[in-house]
Amino acid sequence: MPIENYLILSGILFSIGALGVLMRRNALIIFMSIELMLNAVNLSFIGFARQLGDPTGQVIVFFVLVVAAAEVVVGLAIIVNIFRAKDTVDIDDIDVLRG
Amino acid sequence: MTLNDLFVLSPEIIVTVSALIILILDLFLAAEFKRSLAGFTLFGIVLAAVANAFIPIGSAPLIQGMLRVDAISQFLNLIFLVGAGVAALLSADYVKRQGIARGEYYALILLSTLGAMLMGSSANLIMIFLGLETLSIPLYILSAFMRTRSASQEAGLKYFLLGSFASALLLYGIALLYGATGSIQIDEILAKLPAAMLATPLFVYAGGGLLLVGLAFKAAVVPFHMWAPDVYEGAPTSATAFMAVAAKAGAFAALLRLFGPGLMQIDSAGVVIIGILAGLTMIFGNIAALAQLNLKRLLAYSSIAHAGYLLLAITAAQSTPLAGTAINGLLFYLLIYTLMTLGAFGVVILAEGRGENLSLSDFSGFASRHPWIAGAMAIFMVSLAGIPPTAGFIGKFLIFSAVIQAGEIGLALIGVFASVISVYYYLRVVYYMYMRPSTSERPVFVSGFIVLGVGLTAIAVLVFGIYPSVILQWLPQAASATLP
Repeated sequence: MPIENYLILSGILFSIGALGVLMRRNALIIFMSIELMLNAVNLSFIGFARQLGDPTGQVIVFFVLVVAAAEVVVGLAIIVNIFRAKDTVDIDDIDVLRG
Repeated sequence: MTLNDLFVLSPEIIVTVSALIILILDLFLAAEFKRSLAGFTLFGIVLAAVANAFIPIGSAPLIQGMLRVDAISQFLNLIFLVGAGVAALLSADYVKRQGIARGEYYALILLSTLGAMLMGSSANLIMIFLGLETLSIPLYILSAFMRTRSASQEAGLKYFLLGSFASALLLYGIALLYGATGSIQIDEILAKLPAAMLATPLFVYAGGGLLLVGLAFKAAVVPFHMWAPDVYEGAPTSATAFMAVAAKAGAFAALLRLFGPGLMQIDSAGVVIIGILAGLTMIFGNIAALAQLNLKRLLAYSSIAHAGYLLLAITAAQSTPLAGTAINGLLFYLLIYTLMTLGAFGVVILAEGRGENLSLSDFSGFASRHPWIAGAMAIFMVSLAGIPPTAGFIGKFLIFSAVIQAGEIGLALIGVFASVISVYYYLRVVYYMYMRPSTSERPVFVSGFIVLGVGLTAIAVLVFGIYPSVILQWLPQAASATLP
């Protein structure tokens, strides 16, 4: 299968993730969309590594996985903390700061 | 990796080890002794700064080409360490008063500093990503550190969502550039870009654009600045002070590595785009600050505006014979920005007293009640506005003269015009302090550590304004270092 298909798929997944971040209002869904974007990038790293015959891209994916895991820990902690205080994670209801 | 590599990286290693020791010490310290952790943080930072001054520098990449410790990264490390040190001084009593005196706070500041240091010495795109995340993830936690306050929770959530969105964009940019050039070494990528632009122009332009957008988010450059005022307002003030300098300095370190000298030869359109972003940022940041009555929001818009001046320096660094002058201007301005912003936030912490949301009217008659603190605030405001004899003037002078020499007269005019606008809102703070009758009796919060931090930064801003050569004599070495 040609490498272009993987790149196109990763581009589509990345766009879906980006649209999710911009359009959804639930903090958890936004967060999932960001994770989708990161994994789409991972797919393109692997595709490029295959195309170039170069293991660097595959190694990068491991780094990205670790970073994404750290982000999950911090992000979920922040979201859970807000849910406990407000009983909602809708970003339209979280609006103390403005001006 | 050789022993020499470890020696050259000793500032980073000292910072990391200090953070880990703090986490362990925190387990054994009783609550009333937590303040000593701030002292330990400072000790670690001073040790790292001393090591940073003595490391042998060269432009050869270290650790399989991951890092490049040259004169620029040495000076950037100094800026990050100064920022972290003053931030630790400002935090020591503030966190206790707010009931968030925990050891993790200092460990997070140190880890975030480590991330900024790694960004400053990156020779490799993946190091830029890892450094950026090491810088940002502790900052997300720091902004949400007042767990029970809804403003802090909200600041943490907004910063986290937009920050990790920006990281994902940046990472896709890295992937596309890797695909186009087959390398993640910055110097190899720059060498291979001209050929790659003919072969796969889409990857190169989309990749470069995404990298620029990701870093612009972190540096709060218009139009990617919308998170900054909310996050600055909601986060604990001492964390805001640190964030305002660390995130900005780290992002500009990476911008200098990626979009510094060399971009012009590859693609002049990229330079035009950076110039447009600089102009937009200066104009919008300063105009939006005019309407702000909340001091923390005012300083947030001020920090957005300053990102514009710093971007101007990046634009000027493109014209090859002048790159050194422009980079000198950028480094000098980053250091001065760090000092005056931290100092101004220090005064805000003092004046907030036990409350929050300091507004301009709380400064009415401040000078008659607290002449020394008001004097320091006046120095910071005059310096942020860029008026002599303060260091802010020298910094702006260096950047604008580099921009004019590079032939970008239009951008220089926009910069000067934006600075003139900024004089209004900075001096309005001084006007309230000195000319208005005292109305509010908000008690200030007096703390030795914070007063020390504010005093030191105020003296530094004045001294470097009158004797800029103290800093400038270091800088020619920094600029002569080869950039990738």
